[in-house]
Amino acid sequence: MEVETPCLVDEPIPERFIDAPPVGDRYLAPSPEVHMKQLLAAGFDRIFQVSKCFRLGERGARHLPEFTMLEWYRTGADYRDLAADAHGLLKAAADALGLPEPASCRGNTVMLRGMPEFIAVDDAFRTHAGIELADEPDAFVFDAALVERVEPRLGLRRPAFLHDYPSCFCPMAKRTQERPARAERLELYIAGLEIANGCTEIADPALQERTLHAEQDARIRQGKDPYPWPAAFMNALRSLPPCAGMALGIDRLLMALTDTASIDGVVAFA
Amino acid sequence: MYEVGQLKKGMKVQIDGEPYLITDYEFAKPGKGQAIYRMRMKNLITGSNLDRSYRSGDKFDAADTVSKAMEFLYVDGHHFCFMDPDTFENYLAEDEVMGDKKYYLMPNMKVDVLLFGERIIDVQLPPFVVLKIVQSDPGVRGDTATNVTKPAKLENGLEVQVPLFINEGEWIKVDTRTSEYVERVKR
Repeated sequence: MEVETPCLVDEPIPERFIDAPPVGDRYLAPSPEVHMKQLLAAGFDRIFQVSKCFRLGERGARHLPEFTMLEWYRTGADYRDLAADAHGLLKAAADALGLPEPASCRGNTVMLRGMPEFIAVDDAFRTHAGIELADEPDAFVFDAALVERVEPRLGLRRPAFLHDYPSCFCPMAKRTQERPARAERLELYIAGLEIANGCTEIADPALQERTLHAEQDARIRQGKDPYPWPAAFMNALRSLPPCAGMALGIDRLLMALTDTASIDGVVAFA
Repeated sequence: MYEVGQLKKGMKVQIDGEPYLITDYEFAKPGKGQAIYRMRMKNLITGSNLDRSYRSGDKFDAADTVSKAMEFLYVDGHHFCFMDPDTFENYLAEDEVMGDKKYYLMPNMKVDVLLFGERIIDVQLPPFVVLKIVQSDPGVRGDTATNVTKPAKLENGLEVQVPLFINEGEWIKVDTRTSEYVERVKR
């Protein structure tokens, strides 16, 4: 079911590296997650929406401070189901545009409809960056190696899902059964471009409270304003069924499908 | 002082005491991750490139380079001496900084010198200079479709390609950036 949630929010989910633009005493939504999960808790089981999201200070060849996101959730599902959803959507979009197989994309020829590659974060860092990741890697070393060496090698011949991220970088994702230091989170890459991020959601209120406190503390240490505690969201979490959700950047998908180098090329006003 | 987010391609910063020109600047931010600023910078002293990533909050001093109009005085071995006409102070440039530009220097020539502290890191020549041809064989009309130029040796020692109608002893205008013939000059 298609849903609509507010653009103006009182209590954005605190995340250390995502800044919501303040408007009066509220914020422009950096993501619709806080409200969509309340709808899941209220009994809706498969929901999606296309909405504008806002991020302070994000501008570059792949970033707009206002962008379009497709976000969807499924109850009784995990992150593997999201990968199937995302790839199904990618195939349908490629068909609708009449793209050849393989299609040229950012200097590569990619089998968009081909079987996606699944590569765990630990394996990707070992193979592409020569880095053996600790349980809790240093955030700057991780992010710098990711953008410099790992991302440019993902999804060059077929779509790639990078999965099982260090849990310390996943405040919303359920921990994996085998290794609690890794979380059930995955990202879709096409020709080195990050397209979508999804995870099996944390449905354990105690764990969620710990991860959000850690995010809030990290914001304060960085000298950022802490957000109001997301009380309505935390309250809904008590009745949230097991679920998984994914956020796909429509502008990024268009960049990949139309072989466009800069995000400025897929919007009329940048 | 600049924060990394304020930097742009073309700006000059100082790293480990040396001046760098930003030749590439890219904003990256992986999902849920932090902003990473990927920069390629050219060391203005050595000319070598440096690729580095920075994070929000990293700060830089502006490279205090100053451009000054100066006069070329003389060459002494591998050092080229310039004078600031306001202070009469002399500055020396190394051979590596001058490169092929040294062929165009003439006593009392006005140039723009880029200083980093007391050190000359670049010299901007006038874009065009007039030079005398000291040696050039008369043009031979052969295959005129392709062979319409001939070599000519200039008074500064450089050799350029000139049209066939240019003769030894004449003066020509040369582009100092490309070392190419521009036009004949009557003297």
